[in-house]
Amino acid sequence: MSRMKSEEEYRKTKAFHFFRWLSGEKDPYIGNLEMKPQEEYIGEETSIRDRMRESQTVMDKVYNTKHNRWLLLFRRFYRIMAVIFCILLAGLLLLTVSYLPPTGNASNPDNNEVASRYIESGMQETGAVNIVTGMILTYRAFDTFGETNVLFIATCCVMIMLMVEDAELKKQEVMNDRRFEPKNDAILQGTAMILVPIIFIFGIYIILNGHLSPGGGFSGGATIGAGMILYASAFSFKKTQRFFDEKIYKIAKVSALCVYGLIGIYYYVTGANGIENHIPLGIPGHIVSAGIIFPINICVGIEVACTMYAFYALFRRGGL
Amino acid sequence: MVNAMTFFQYILLGFLVVCAISVSFSKKLLNSILIFMSYSLVMSIIWICLESPDLAITEAAVGAGVTSVLFFVTLKKIHAIDESGTKGEKESMIERRRR
Repeated sequence: MSRMKSEEEYRKTKAFHFFRWLSGEKDPYIGNLEMKPQEEYIGEETSIRDRMRESQTVMDKVYNTKHNRWLLLFRRFYRIMAVIFCILLAGLLLLTVSYLPPTGNASNPDNNEVASRYIESGMQETGAVNIVTGMILTYRAFDTFGETNVLFIATCCVMIMLMVEDAELKKQEVMNDRRFEPKNDAILQGTAMILVPIIFIFGIYIILNGHLSPGGGFSGGATIGAGMILYASAFSFKKTQRFFDEKIYKIAKVSALCVYGLIGIYYYVTGANGIENHIPLGIPGHIVSAGIIFPINICVGIEVACTMYAFYALFRRGGL
Repeated sequence: MVNAMTFFQYILLGFLVVCAISVSFSKKLLNSILIFMSYSLVMSIIWICLESPDLAITEAAVGAGVTSVLFFVTLKKIHAIDESGTKGEKESMIERRRR
């Protein structure tokens, strides 16, 4: 018969702690983790009354179907149309899928032809030495266009949620931000002064050499964005606003996406209809070569750099 | 001698596991973010060992740089990084809540 440990002794062992943690008797984080208890929200009387009145008008206009026949009709029409639309969409997708070859078939093009085609004739067809960039920006340019759109929409959503429009509030936010900022930190500013130009030049190099060496629009843009964040945190937003304010941000972002879209449309239309496109491929290995890859890389780079910096500025003080 | 690179990669993978576990077990949020940052850095070196330098650049810029900076800004906004002067007050608030 084995010796039993006493209760006191058992409480000191790792197994006791483990099983106590497993059964959830004691939360190890309560009292130890930094957290701030939520304060109770106390609204003003006028705002409460306003909200009640607004909800009443919404109830009357949107949900009161007894006295509003048009609303009732519209709602029925809407439901029926929604069901029809869903069925049509599902049918269309299923119809398209039925044309695809079965999965796992050894003679499928994606199992033998696609990869070897990319590797063997990728350089002649796209003009890019870096096959990965050549693949994602010409054969699969549509995917990359979708990703760029996702970035654009993500910034729009963050702007909708965090942007401060009111002038008075904005001023207050800027003042609050300045209170937290390290003022004239010698180490930070000295480091930033040396590092920021190098980071910018490295990012531009990655973007411009996207078709020759590893990298491309996304990596280079992220590098430039990180450099801008470093610059803004070292020398405050006043310095960055001299070359990158909200107006320039809007122009750069929208025009980059539009240029990408136009080049993409030209490329898809000519490619899908078997028309010869007139973008010269150039000599592989030169800087200005590889047809559409070079301008598209620049567009994606601008887009990503803008997104990164805008995220930081919006998170920090609700405005660029 | 032949497998010096493989050995190095095993060490890096070990770092990765340690970082990943200690992110969730460290008690201060600031420390978890710093460990998360080092996780991204180790991961970017592993990407280079796996011969995909473009991913390594992206991982270093986005994972170690931008994401952690956004985390820091968010922590500052919700006042999770506080000066030591207000610490006593906060602890008393947590104590009150536990009771």
